[in-house]
Amino acid sequence: MKLLTHNMLSSNIKGVTNGFPLGIEAEKVIERSVDMNPDFLKNMFSKIEWKPLVEASRIMGYSDLPEDVPDSSVLDSEEFLRKFHHALLEIHLEEGALVCPQTGRKFPVNKGIPNMLLHEDEV
Amino acid sequence: MSRPELQAPPEIFYDDTEARKYTSSSRIMEIQAQLSERALELLALPDDDVPRLLLDIGCGSGLSGETLSENGHQWIGLDISESMLNIAREREVEGDLILGDMGQGLGLRPGVIDGAISISAVQWLCNADKSSHEPRLRLKAFFGSLYRCLARGARAVLQVYPENDAQRELILSFAMRAGFAGGVVVDYPHSSKSRKEYLVLTCGPPSLSSATPKAKGEDGESCSEDDSSEDEENPTVCTLDRHRPRKKQKVNKKGKGRNWVLKKKEQMRKKGNVVPPDTKYTARKRKARF
Ligand SMILES: C[S@@+](CC[C@H](N)C(=O)[O-])C[C@H]1O[C@@H](n2cnc3c(N)ncnc32)[C@H](O)[C@@H]1O
Repeated sequence: MKLLTHNMLSSNIKGVTNGFPLGIEAEKVIERSVDMNPDFLKNMFSKIEWKPLVEASRIMGYSDLPEDVPDSSVLDSEEFLRKFHHALLEIHLEEGALVCPQTGRKFPVNKGIPNMLLHEDEV
Repeated sequence: MSRPELQAPPEIFYDDTEARKYTSSSRIMEIQAQLSERALELLALPDDDVPRLLLDIGCGSGLSGETLSENGHQWIGLDISESMLNIAREREVEGDLILGDMGQGLGLRPGVIDGAISISAVQWLCNADKSSHEPRLRLKAFFGSLYRCLARGARAVLQVYPENDAQRELILSFAMRAGFAGGVVVDYPHSSKSRKEYLVLTCGPPSLSSATPKAKGEDGESCSEDDSSEDEENPTVCTLDRHRPRKKQKVNKKGKGRNWVLKKKEQMRKKGNVVPPDTKYTARKRKARF
């Protein structure tokens, strides 16, 4: 699972009002290189919740993103785009769990695939 | 061959054997790729070469998602069958995979997705595979959550195989109720083999861009769906195009009552629709949960 996906996912359990961001328990993190596309990054920038991305990257062992929400003028910086690209698309949670911020319920992640299936009493 | 939807729940039907069989058939691969190309075309993304973040609902082993990758897009795929997702992983698809049930609603933040496709999957929602399954509730959860996660003005294109007209209507009605504008595009309506239908849904207020696109192989004919003009001889309704304002029917807290339901069901029967028989359970009040 990419951090791009993590930044979009939220806990869907019945009664949970604030399911974002999901906590991350990282047992195995892998990196895969992907071609960078600046247009995609510029398009995504406004949709990304910055703090959760910074926090998720840190848990996954990557601390090079600026702490504070950058001004969109950084999108002209190649150096920034590289980091943003790396965090969003190249770091994968391979084994571990996502944790509902409100209930603590864990969604296991195996072979890179988070299991977001709800139990009957959570629907 | 009987419909897979009638044989077993999807996560059982698409087991390891079926998932492998499905993904090694060159015929299936070709058809799914064509359907996905067409769905992507109907998504009508801006023609600017900017890769988008798309959703593939019921992504299976990744045949549909591959088309999205080939066109440069990033995608997140959701499927209920672990076996199908394992094959997708084995095939090293570029999209991100999630094991999930669309009938439970998509757990995604509001307004973040640029477009969604679903190829040969949504009709599964019309079945009640477990005693806890209520197709209407599942359709409602699915379309409601799909509407919320899409960016305003974004589209969802769902290629479906409804079992009959009633099923198509059921799916479409829940899409409209969730707030979508749009309708059904039927390509090659006169061919039993090539006939394919797509729900083309636009998120947000109706606009020029939410007009239902033209179907292929239709001989320029399109019949609008309203009760008086529906062609009974020809079950291939071509393009339905309509928009119901969101939450038009505000029902009072107590619901519409048993008599109203019985009357409505009788009307539907007269129209030739398949309607469940009236029983003591008809329109009974549900227990409040929680
Ligand atoms: C015919 S396959 C199509 C797969 C893929 N879209 C393709 O074009 O090859 C239908 C898929 O829908 C999935 N599906 C059925 N019901 C589902 C549900 N409730 N939630 C998520 N996926 C579902 C099945 O597991 C199956 O992988």
